Amino acid sequence: MPEAVVEIKGLTKDFKTLRAVDDVSFCIYPGEILGLLGPNGAGKTTIIHMILGLTTPTSGEIRMFGCDLKKTRQACVQNANFSSTYVSMPNSLTVKECLKVFARLYKVKNRNKRITEVLNIFEIEDIQNHMVRTLSSGQQTRLNLAKSLINSPKILLLDEPTASLDPDIADKTRTMLRSITRERNISILYTSHNMKEMEEISDRLIFLHHGKIIAQGKPKEVIKNYRGKNLEEVFLKVAREGHP
Amino acid sequence: MKPHRLGALFMRHLYLYRRSVPRLVEMFYWPLLDLLVWGFITVYLSQFRQTLPGFVTFFIGALILWDILFRSHQGISVSFLEDIWSKNLLNLFASPLSAMEYISALMLVGLFKLVITATVMTLLAWVFYSFNIFLLGFSLIPFALNLIIMGWTIGIITTAIILRFGQEAEVLAWALGFLFMPISAVFYPVSVLPSFLQTLAKAIPASYVFEGMRGILNSGTFSSAQLLRAFGLNALYISLAFLFFRWNFKVVKKKGLLVRIGE
Ligand SMILES: Nc1ncnc2c1ncn2[C@@H]1O[C@H](COP(=O)(O)OP(=O)(O)OP(=O)(O)O)[C@@H](O)[C@H]1O
Ligand SMILES: [Mg+2]
Repeated sequence: MPEAVVEIKGLTKDFKTLRAVDDVSFCIYPGEILGLLGPNGAGKTTIIHMILGLTTPTSGEIRMFGCDLKKTRQACVQNANFSSTYVSMPNSLTVKECLKVFARLYKVKNRNKRITEVLNIFEIEDIQNHMVRTLSSGQQTRLNLAKSLINSPKILLLDEPTASLDPDIADKTRTMLRSITRERNISILYTSHNMKEMEEISDRLIFLHHGKIIAQGKPKEVIKNYRGKNLEEVFLKVAREGHP
Repeated sequence: MKPHRLGALFMRHLYLYRRSVPRLVEMFYWPLLDLLVWGFITVYLSQFRQTLPGFVTFFIGALILWDILFRSHQGISVSFLEDIWSKNLLNLFASPLSAMEYISALMLVGLFKLVITATVMTLLAWVFYSFNIFLLGFSLIPFALNLIIMGWTIGIITTAIILRFGQEAEVLAWALGFLFMPISAVFYPVSVLPSFLQTLAKAIPASYVFEGMRGILNSGTFSSAQLLRAFGLNALYISLAFLFFRWNFKVVKKKGLLVRIGE
């Protein structure tokens, strides 16, 4: 096994009386797309927030690039990035201005060149001078994704990134994410409620339920082990019965 | 503390103001209205110059100085609200940006806006009412500095409270500064306050500034020992405010509130 990019051990998060994440351990390896799935409230977003240091774990350990996140957060997240459909860019700035701000925030070298690159990757060059508030939600999502690549991260945390994309752009986005993981050895932690998408994009899946990992493996294995026709069926079983 | 991260946030707010007419108007609207009202009050009162002490004419000066404090406070808290409103805060804090860098950048943004507003107000006071704030001479610099620092302190505390209690606390972004107005002796000397408020006023850095200002206009002098006291108090308060903000930021991350803000 190559050395893990992110290594999580016994991660737990309590909110008052609710245990949102319960003794979760897993690794993310270089160049892999790890799909995190589970019903609403399973703890997916909370895990992503803890990996970014936005929420402090109740207990457990997170290591990124071999370092303890608690001690070296700034250095760690310099090589990470994040995109969520529920977090936006500043409304009154243009697409390009947003990217300029984040390029500076991450101290990107050759800023203008990199901005042009990420605009191209997500096919938003033509709207680079449009104000964020005038963008469609799909265009905003693409801007968020462009921002998440601005610092050429080694680990990308994507929380339902395709939630508002049309099928064509969603498909292109998946293809693009696939190719950047291959070409640049970027790892991705990915959540989505689209089971077809998860089946297609993930190298490996982790199934969360009430904060606990209840199944994991390659999509095909998970489907086979739990005697489903496809991931959707497995998901429905798990969500309704609480176990696969 | 990395300059490129402060620069990034500064740029973000500059872009915001460069294009937004309502925001630019807001920067000048209240100061201008204040200036008009208090300017005419001063003009009116100066008709009774024989019976009233000379320094009533200094309402305009008090107003400009108070505005320095208020703008310095508001510069921080409103910029913070802008980040909440645009749901952009998590993108910022997912980067290596630290809480201290964030708040420092907002202090700079506030200072920048303040310098512009204060310059315009000073010019207009001079053109309309022939009032020259530079009558205060070099003392103007330590006076303004004290007010800026006190404004920052209030801004940092406001921001911490909004982080913790969410947008219900939003009103503080405008209101908290005014809480200090009555005991800062902006338009009247500390001596008119009842004795318990006088004691409180002694703990407020701004009261020394406004007393000092009246001293200069009355007798041409002010007590530098008092001004030093104001600096001392300010240094203490802003350090405490920073500590409070840092502690609060930790609590907010523990409670999972940072990712919830603005919802
Ligand atoms: N700040 C918070 N305070 C209290 N409870 C919280 C907080 N954040 C999350 N929770 C709770 O923790 C649980 C996990 O939430 P989380 O957002 O991680 O779920 P999720 O798997 O991302 O769900 P979804 O698919 O709906 O996005 C939920 O029950 C949620 O109500
Ligand atoms: Mg979620």
